[in-house]
Amino acid sequence: MGLEEKLPSGFLLSTVEQAAGWVRKSSVFPATFGLACCAIEMMTTGAGRYDLARFGMEVFRGSPRQADLMIVAGRVSQKMAPVLRQVYDQMPNPKWVISMGVCASSGGMFNNYAIVQGVDHIVPVDIYLPGCPPRPEMLMDAILKLHEKIQGSKLGVNAEEAAREAEEAALKALPTIEMKGLLR
Amino acid sequence: MSNPDNGTHGAGANGVNPDQDLNAQNLPGQRGDHGEVIGVRRGMFGANNGGDTSGYGGLVRTVRLPGATSRPYGGYFDEVADELEGALDEQGLVPENVIEKTVVDRGELTFHIEREFLPVVAKTLRDDPALRFELCTGVSAVHFPGDKGRELHAVYHLRSLTHTRLIRLEVSAPDADPHIPSIVSVYPTNDWHEREVYDFFGLIFDGHPALTRIMMPDDWQGFPQRKDYPLGGIPVEYKGAQIPAPDQRRSYT
Amino acid sequence: MTTSPATPRETTEGTVYTVTGGDWDEVVEAAAKADDERIVVNMGPQHPSTHGVLRLILEIDGETVTEARCGIGYLHTGIEKNLEYRTWTQGTTFVTRMDYLTPFFNETAYCLAVEKLLGIEDDIPDRASIIRVMLMELNRLSSHLVCIATGGMELGATTIMIYGFRDRELVLDIYELITGLRMNHAYVRPGGLAQDLPPGTVDQVRAFVKKMRKNLPEYDKLATGNPVFKGRMQGIGHLDLAGCLATGATGPVLRSAGLPHDLRKSNPYCGYETYDFEVPTTDTCDAYGRFLLRLEEMRQSLRIIEQCLDRLEPGPVMVGDKKIAWPAQLALGPDGLGNSLDHIKKIMGTSMEALIHHFKLVTEGFRVPPGQAYTAVESPKGELGVHAVSDGGTRPYRVHFRDPSFTNLQAMAAMCEGGQVADVIVAVASIDPVMGGVDR
Repeated sequence: MGLEEKLPSGFLLSTVEQAAGWVRKSSVFPATFGLACCAIEMMTTGAGRYDLARFGMEVFRGSPRQADLMIVAGRVSQKMAPVLRQVYDQMPNPKWVISMGVCASSGGMFNNYAIVQGVDHIVPVDIYLPGCPPRPEMLMDAILKLHEKIQGSKLGVNAEEAAREAEEAALKALPTIEMKGLLR
Repeated sequence: MSNPDNGTHGAGANGVNPDQDLNAQNLPGQRGDHGEVIGVRRGMFGANNGGDTSGYGGLVRTVRLPGATSRPYGGYFDEVADELEGALDEQGLVPENVIEKTVVDRGELTFHIEREFLPVVAKTLRDDPALRFELCTGVSAVHFPGDKGRELHAVYHLRSLTHTRLIRLEVSAPDADPHIPSIVSVYPTNDWHEREVYDFFGLIFDGHPALTRIMMPDDWQGFPQRKDYPLGGIPVEYKGAQIPAPDQRRSYT
Repeated sequence: MTTSPATPRETTEGTVYTVTGGDWDEVVEAAAKADDERIVVNMGPQHPSTHGVLRLILEIDGETVTEARCGIGYLHTGIEKNLEYRTWTQGTTFVTRMDYLTPFFNETAYCLAVEKLLGIEDDIPDRASIIRVMLMELNRLSSHLVCIATGGMELGATTIMIYGFRDRELVLDIYELITGLRMNHAYVRPGGLAQDLPPGTVDQVRAFVKKMRKNLPEYDKLATGNPVFKGRMQGIGHLDLAGCLATGATGPVLRSAGLPHDLRKSNPYCGYETYDFEVPTTDTCDAYGRFLLRLEEMRQSLRIIEQCLDRLEPGPVMVGDKKIAWPAQLALGPDGLGNSLDHIKKIMGTSMEALIHHFKLVTEGFRVPPGQAYTAVESPKGELGVHAVSDGGTRPYRVHFRDPSFTNLQAMAAMCEGGQVADVIVAVASIDPVMGGVDR
């Protein structure tokens, strides 16, 4: 609607934020973006035993224009990358991305000429879900974590503030190569 | 592939790895002085700029693919070879000019064909009632940069459903002139297979109806599965360490 | 996001409108004005009913498809090239991800090729071959179940999809028990298997076969006689025997044209010649016939699985040659599967030679004599061939997979041209292409 983005900071905005977050997280429509092995696990998650309908998520949308969550399930090839970006651009705001599986998250074991080394080169990713492929339980966990994130998301001036803080934190963050300690 | 009857033929003729005796002493990949040389291996641990203090740096091994086999080949192979030579004769071709050499290795029969005769041979193999190789399982290519003058090999596997047989045709082309006649007109199934080989190896199949890239994007530069094309990975970062891409790492040679 | 209107553009072939969605009315209006317009519909690569990232380029006249072409390569992963930078044993980890619905067929075909190059085909222990056969037949079930499930879903029949995935979960439970993973197992290794069956497997597989025998008739009840289902499938995706051989189609597509060609019978591997089963065929050449075939093949697979269970005798599952057999002895610890503590104690404490051997074999791998080999197995989709070339090194020089999905998909044009747009989906589903296998 756009109105909620123009509310003044304060009690009203935070109340609207909570309401909007609750509404948005309770009916997330995922776009079918199945690419490889992970897509089969994604379909399994929607089917009988794991039953994604319990979280109001079963309506996988064929058209990106009716979806607000893209589950990138599988390896993204160089040839698929522009298609993926176009589908993402066609989704209406607000929208979220789950990068399902190591291939989508970082290229995984396919460190070669054909595969994009992480879908975050193309679209912003909200949740990285490791696994090759992740079990359906892991996908559901990722979805529930995303629900929490959607519930806590900010609007209007608060959103700008949150974005600035996030960027400052990212700029200050220690690069992986300078970190010490165990590989975890 | 069903193993042909292993008779008591000469070395290499019975469809077994001719080096079995040598293998028993655990000498991998040594083939005496016969066979086709495709390269030389030096050292052991992939250290080629003086860093190898192991004493294996001076190790030199010649890599040879199985060489030509002389008759009898064993099993149904002799029959297939006879029929093919006969059928070529009937068409006025000299079999020795068409078939460079015949290799029997590991129970598989390979005809190395001169490239300009490939469509004729394929058509003969498909249509001759005694041969009847109805099904082509596509073409696979191998790039041997060390095999000077015949770097690119195209390998076809033909299956006869009538006689339950399987043979292999091998055709080579130099890097400087990567052309091989297309056999799509004989085996339409090779349409996509030849496009795939073109896409990955740059082998041009003359006479193919639409030889375009199939796997890579249309504007891709280079032919990614050739040996001179890098794997193209990126270094992977960990806490305090960076691991080079798989093709940049030191490895056993 | 606003959509740009379909702007006309003059080309040598006439006026071309390019549309990416949202403004169909304008296009239809423009098309109606001139009746000689061709409409090219681009279906995919991301479309809910194209079996993965397959792009179909359809030229339509009204509802009739006049020309159909496939665009593939959207899932090209470079697996064949990646294999050249890993040892022969590590190769199974890659090939299992090619056609991700038939992992055991990929692994077995690859391992058979490596074993042929090594010349150790006759040394593979019986138990390993029997377990390979059992896993492949279980895999045939799970693959056909997904084919029927997604094929049904693409027709709009969600019940059959729920059925298919319900039964597939039962198979996946067995995989998980045996290999530890639901998909992408890397369980079959050159020379044998990664490890032996865990206790309780035989009972669970027997229970599964019993349950499956009860579940399979449900598909018959739901779909086989269903008039809507038959109406959508009969006579659709027609490809006769000559067409099959020309396009190189194998598997259910070829058998639906009446030719009982099955590599398990004609060129047996892993001891298939000793199992008692039939190769079903139909002569309808259409999608419905292929559906019936897949159901019947699942029944035959159950028969083979039972025979495997009866034959399982205790014994090794890896070749005796210690220069090839993976030295590890795996055991389940608190942090997952790994080397057994006894084995580590032995190599670290008592035998330096064993430690060196372990280290060499794991880091370097074994060397394979130079040469090439071709092996083929009958995967649920058709002939899965592996052409492996060695240059005497510890890594493959070149491995090429002749994937049945790739070859069979070429028949799409022959099946669809002249038919209706809606039938394209049925025809493609009846080929059962898996893009992971097509693009590799």
